[in-house]
Amino acid sequence: MTFLAAIPSELIHIVIGMVAIMAFVGIHVLVLVYAERKGAGHIQRRPGPFEVGPHGILQPLADAGKLIGKQLFTPTNADPILFWMAPVLAVFPVLLLFVPMPFGPVVTVQEVNLGLLLILAFAGIGVLSTMLAGWASNNKFGLLGAARTVSQSVAYEIPLLLAVLCIAFQKGSLNLSTIVEGQGSWPWQWNIVTQPLAFLIFLVCAFAETNRAPFDLPEAESELTAGFHTEYSGMGFGMFFMAEYANMVVVSGVCTALFLGGWKGPGIDGVWWFMIKVYALLALFIWVRWTYPRVRFDQLLNINWKWLIPLATLNLLGTVFLMKVF
Amino acid sequence: MSMIRKVLEPIGDLWSLVVGLRITGRNFTRPQVTVHYPREQVPTDLTDSYRGPIALVPHPRDATKSKCTACMICVGACPSQCITVVKAPAPVITPEQEKTFQEAEARGEEVERPVAPREPVIWINDFSLCSLCGMCVEACPPRCLTFSHELNAVGTSRDAFLHNLLIPYPGSLKPTPEQVQKLQER
Repeated sequence: MTFLAAIPSELIHIVIGMVAIMAFVGIHVLVLVYAERKGAGHIQRRPGPFEVGPHGILQPLADAGKLIGKQLFTPTNADPILFWMAPVLAVFPVLLLFVPMPFGPVVTVQEVNLGLLLILAFAGIGVLSTMLAGWASNNKFGLLGAARTVSQSVAYEIPLLLAVLCIAFQKGSLNLSTIVEGQGSWPWQWNIVTQPLAFLIFLVCAFAETNRAPFDLPEAESELTAGFHTEYSGMGFGMFFMAEYANMVVVSGVCTALFLGGWKGPGIDGVWWFMIKVYALLALFIWVRWTYPRVRFDQLLNINWKWLIPLATLNLLGTVFLMKVF
Repeated sequence: MSMIRKVLEPIGDLWSLVVGLRITGRNFTRPQVTVHYPREQVPTDLTDSYRGPIALVPHPRDATKSKCTACMICVGACPSQCITVVKAPAPVITPEQEKTFQEAEARGEEVERPVAPREPVIWINDFSLCSLCGMCVEACPPRCLTFSHELNAVGTSRDAFLHNLLIPYPGSLKPTPEQVQKLQER
């Protein structure tokens, strides 16, 4: 027991937190895959997965079993180290992004002073993994997907940061818990009311950063077969899949904390308000994916460079000005 | 002015995004159109317009027989050559019958010699070759061929697709074993 007592309690705290995060991400990936396919089905007036279990509820498990059971291929002349490092790099940084996430008043793995910065910094590794995947697979589609990822993610990170900065300036903190505490319980006390433009910009950038339709150009199946993950089989692809959905949860969580009052809500504050808002945003993600067609690449960059960046800059300048005056 | 319009136009265009979301949202709440096949069947008002494997039309006066006159025009019209029709043979006239006919004719009476019945004894559609083009249906002069509404044209062997169209007509002539054998030889 003396041996256990020697372990710092913070380490135990973080280990337990990380295990909880892994379970949380795992469950949410399964639920989101199911929700996405059901949502797609119902929007197209078909039932979606239906045969595995009641209303196809076991379909994601069956898919996961299939993906795990498949053979892992490394293409000829591919760089095996980079090729297999990419899916790992895609998933594990995402788990780290949940560390400063303020799920509830006390439910946070680790309150980090620079939580927002940590999330934005480690989110960049996701771009790296996508780029490595495309580059290392020795495949023209993969390479094109990688090139698109880089130009898309680099471009959309700028307005995203500018939109986030507005809130940081307004609340004077980069700690997500502090930002949530700075907002009230009622919807009109949330940051979305004072920063509607920043919210919109954040949302659009979130779609682009998570490679979701209508900005899913790195994996545009109509022109690039599957883009950066063309050559991945089995769980290699499964890891990218997991990372995409985990990223969606992260982005929704950050958006909730920044703009929608986090765990605060009418009635009793708590984790449930955070989760309700996250699920609402995830539903919006799915809804949008099955509504809009994919944009062309020049349109994608035009939206960013001609609209989002100037608007985000103006918004930031306006916020700073108003903060200085009042 | 054009500068202002250039700025305002995209803001108006944003409304189209809302319209799109509204359309998919409305469809999301509508009932599904999928038929869960093995547990459900397609309603008959939908299968009425389905053009399945060809079938023979019953005779208007005798429903146990088909309307087909074995004229063979469908056989010639079929581009896939998947139709096999064997006409009923002329009845064999015995020498005694022939004698009575000749005697009657000598008396100047009008004689009705037995002729071949105008109906098929074998009517086979090789559905594995049929492309459902409908040439036979169009070509049939007495309009005795139609598309059936049969959805489940399935089989486990090639022979299962040799559809015998005379099966629903118990009143039609039965082929003799020689006819069947001749057909098989071909």
